[in-house]
Amino acid sequence: MRDLTDLGLAAIRDGVAGGDFTATEVAGAFNAAVAEANPALNAFIVTTPDHALAAAARVDAARAAGQPLGPLAGVPIGMKDLFATQGVQTTAASHILEGFIPPYESTVSQKLWDAGAGMLGKLNLDQFAMGSSNETSAFGNVISPWRAEGETAMRAPGGSSGGSSAAVAARIVAAATGTDTGGSIRQPAAFTGIAGIKPTYGRCSRWGIVAFASSLDQAGPMARDVTDCAIMLEAMAGFDPKDSTSLDLPVPAWSAGLTDDLRGLKVGIPREYRIDGLNADVAKSWDDGIAWLKDAGASVVDISLPHTRYALPTYYIIAPAEASSNLARYDGVRYGLRDLPDHAGLQDMYAATRAAGFGAEVKRRIMIGTYVLSAGFYDAYYTQAQKVRTLIARDFDAAFGEVDVILTPTAPSAAFVLGQKSDDPLEMYLNDVFSVPASLAGLPAMSVPAGLDRSGLPLGLHLIGRAFDEQGVLNAGLAIERRAGFAARPGRWW
Amino acid sequence: MTYRIEGATGEWEVVIGLEVHAQITTASKLFSGAATAFGAEPNSQVSLVDAAMPGMLPVLNRECIRQAVRTGLAINAAINPWSRFDRKNYFYADLPQGYQISQLYHPLVGEGAVEITPDDKKPDETKVIGVERIHVEQDAGKLMHDQHPTMSYVDLNRSGVALMEIVSRPDMRSPAEAGAYLAKLRTILRYVGSCDGNMDQGSMRADVNVSVRRPGDEFGTRTETKNVNSVRFVMATVEYEARRQIDVLESGGTIVQETRLFDPDTGTTRSMRSKEDAHDYRYFPDPDLLPLVLDQAFIDECRASLPELPDAKRARYEAELGLSAYNAAVLTADAETARWFEVLVAESARRQGKSESDVARAASNWLTSELFGALNKLGRTLGDSPVSPEAGAELLALVGDGTISGSIAKQVLEKMLDTGDLPGVIVERDGLKQTSDTGAIEAAVDAVLAANGDKVEQYRGGKEALFGFFVGQTMKAMQGKGNPQLVNQVLKAKLG
Amino acid sequence: MSVAPADVAKIAMLARIKVTEAEIAAMVPELNGILAWVEQLGEVDVSGVEPMTAVIANSLRLRADVVGADPLTGGNIRDKVLANAPAPEHGFFGVPKVIE
Repeated sequence: MRDLTDLGLAAIRDGVAGGDFTATEVAGAFNAAVAEANPALNAFIVTTPDHALAAAARVDAARAAGQPLGPLAGVPIGMKDLFATQGVQTTAASHILEGFIPPYESTVSQKLWDAGAGMLGKLNLDQFAMGSSNETSAFGNVISPWRAEGETAMRAPGGSSGGSSAAVAARIVAAATGTDTGGSIRQPAAFTGIAGIKPTYGRCSRWGIVAFASSLDQAGPMARDVTDCAIMLEAMAGFDPKDSTSLDLPVPAWSAGLTDDLRGLKVGIPREYRIDGLNADVAKSWDDGIAWLKDAGASVVDISLPHTRYALPTYYIIAPAEASSNLARYDGVRYGLRDLPDHAGLQDMYAATRAAGFGAEVKRRIMIGTYVLSAGFYDAYYTQAQKVRTLIARDFDAAFGEVDVILTPTAPSAAFVLGQKSDDPLEMYLNDVFSVPASLAGLPAMSVPAGLDRSGLPLGLHLIGRAFDEQGVLNAGLAIERRAGFAARPGRWW
Repeated sequence: MTYRIEGATGEWEVVIGLEVHAQITTASKLFSGAATAFGAEPNSQVSLVDAAMPGMLPVLNRECIRQAVRTGLAINAAINPWSRFDRKNYFYADLPQGYQISQLYHPLVGEGAVEITPDDKKPDETKVIGVERIHVEQDAGKLMHDQHPTMSYVDLNRSGVALMEIVSRPDMRSPAEAGAYLAKLRTILRYVGSCDGNMDQGSMRADVNVSVRRPGDEFGTRTETKNVNSVRFVMATVEYEARRQIDVLESGGTIVQETRLFDPDTGTTRSMRSKEDAHDYRYFPDPDLLPLVLDQAFIDECRASLPELPDAKRARYEAELGLSAYNAAVLTADAETARWFEVLVAESARRQGKSESDVARAASNWLTSELFGALNKLGRTLGDSPVSPEAGAELLALVGDGTISGSIAKQVLEKMLDTGDLPGVIVERDGLKQTSDTGAIEAAVDAVLAANGDKVEQYRGGKEALFGFFVGQTMKAMQGKGNPQLVNQVLKAKLG
Repeated sequence: MSVAPADVAKIAMLARIKVTEAEIAAMVPELNGILAWVEQLGEVDVSGVEPMTAVIANSLRLRADVVGADPLTGGNIRDKVLANAPAPEHGFFGVPKVIE
């Protein structure tokens, strides 16, 4: 019998609907693959095989009864452990939330279950989604299934959605949810040779997603290809009255609208992204992407996004500022860890709990955020950053007056070896140099696999679209996907 | 009159500003669907949002904004069509999010003004107190310290309830002005319906900023006494705090800008040391919320829905109904009293076939002197009066058409309060109708004159003041039912 | 602008994160490195530029004043609210005694 874990989201859904196999068989196959791989990859913080089987049983029963099936019926997925899941521990990969069992389900995860998907488990991530390598998790780092040719060194799966990227790439989930604040869907997708899209800010409800930086956080799908991303995003997106920043717009039928015919499309190539010392393999894959898009009928235009170099420092003021406030609720009073030293007063309890519960990177960002908001510094840092953010958004507005979609590399390099950048926060932050500008402007952006670098590691290409134009991004992604013919898979060493 | 405090070294002036926190009357909280009712079981009116569970988000309650805008319009304030919410960050057990959602940089309501009458006895002496702003914010939860030897208990029922913070200018100069401002503000809020003004339930409380200076000098350093919850306590706070500051300054000390607490038992204030940690609230715009943009139609609806406000009503009572300034002030001090009075007047006019202005004066006098006095003796208020305004109008009509005399009316009112019966029923049942039977009156007068021959002599000898005595004796003999005019006529005729 | 150990201690106090002297010593150069890097924003000419208020043009929706319109954001769920509490006490959250 064929290995059902070879199938992606659309193939599973169609196979279940067509009676080629049952949803229960699919769930069983993925549960087994998770059980086998997870000790090596550490992609899951908790596994939930029963959840996957129960969802599959409902789908099989519905099919047997001739009832209509949801758009993700029978598809087992992984859920980033930043989404609150009712009755299932939700930690944000932080010790401070260890043991927290939400009495509620996030809007996005609920939509996925309503669409017929089942949950294989809660996926590991950088603690509170702060990181680019998954090394800040309190539950150990995720190991990428990818290794460089002839090497056994453990590589980063990217971050913060590193459990998601590793699990999708290792074929132990059909697809996974991610969240993206400054690149946390796109960079790990690029590192692991999969597709991932961050939709326009406000497309997916943030209700029930542990907040990192509210004005930047967006959920999105991570899957094996562009089509699967489109199908899954349709299920995740939609207006939610519980989120004041949710977009009150209908969800387009992105999967039905997919085409790789890009005739008439204008693609912008921003000159500021051609940074000094750009990795030669990355530069080459960018050139390949330009050629593929031209081949699909698009015309290519050089554009300028003049404030690009200020995007990262802007991000590293705004995101920590929001985070320092968003994470104030973890105080040991109502849920999560409480560290109460002898004779400690309330304020001592807070300080002890937060010192024991947060990891080093989380503390670092809370400290930076606290500092930039503090009296006397607020205008110089935070207000200035929000003004520069306006300029960055204006750059995109101007560019989109001229072009329809922008093509850049997703990340400045392929996956690095674990531990290689963890000593220098600034070097780690530079991983997001290409992904952060679109986050600051709230624009839809995706990473698609483009090929392998000289050491056999995946590289991603990055497409940025106009606000609300996920379709344009997905179509350009599809055009690249079809021409790149990316078929490489990590060797199964686990 | 200018209020001055005599110190050992000369005169001082007190400068007062009030920050009034008023709970907005709504069914649900500012950013969640939990209820706001007073006195519920601990933590029963708490949503996942109010408990600041991970991933929870605020969604703004329209009614809170509507009521704050109406309040702003009621004090002639500028409404800001673009406002937004900021986070005020600090850690405390009654603050689940670790921040309070408030409005620092762009409040909903801008500058307005409240006209006060500092001295009830001088209703024509008014003063205008500036209001700097009104912003909308979340209330905090409640801590209980006396339930456990080593723990405090947290109840989040109040957490997230909507408050308006109404910030005055430092325009008040005496305890009486501060008290009058708070009382007037409460009156306005109750008229508008944006706050129930129940200070004993914490629906309204004031942070009292007090400083002292030599008349004409720059402002002195102020202290802020938190959460003072009655008009009387606000006045006591000002008095105590001004005197304390003067004593400090006159003995060579300086005033420390600090937060203080009022102790109602001793009438004193003390420093709240627990609040003196270096605070840095790190305000920034709440990224979970977008700017609040109000269109003109929303503001117009708020304006159109405002009732007649106390100042306008008071002016109308004086100008159109002919009430005394004092009565007009008393009757408009509370929305419920004014409503009661207006029903009384309308019903009196209808029953007596007269215009409202013809009956209003008598009605206002009866209400302020007779009914208020009687209710006061019973320890009741108009709100739980056994006498309805319709019944009051019936009583006034009985006096007006001569069915009963004024003194009988007092008796009837007492029986109405006692039994809840209508005045017509009481008059009929107890035979209290005024008699105009000249025969009966003449008989009574004859008896009185016969029994008081000496006084009749004195009267006829020029002591005319005795006339009242004969009237009183006659009325007494007739159990008050004699028609006073006829009694007068008969007496005059018989005494010659 | 750069931070000294005393500044870091103050920030940690504001953020309610207990830090040791050694941790402060390690944080000083890290934070200074990051702050020096973000300060390049100071060179951007932002005259006449408004700070961003909404990343996607959108204004605030207002909800109707209805209790429990959506059970997910309504009250009357005391057991759920207290279910994860480290020290639930008779329907309250227990905390170390606070002296006011």
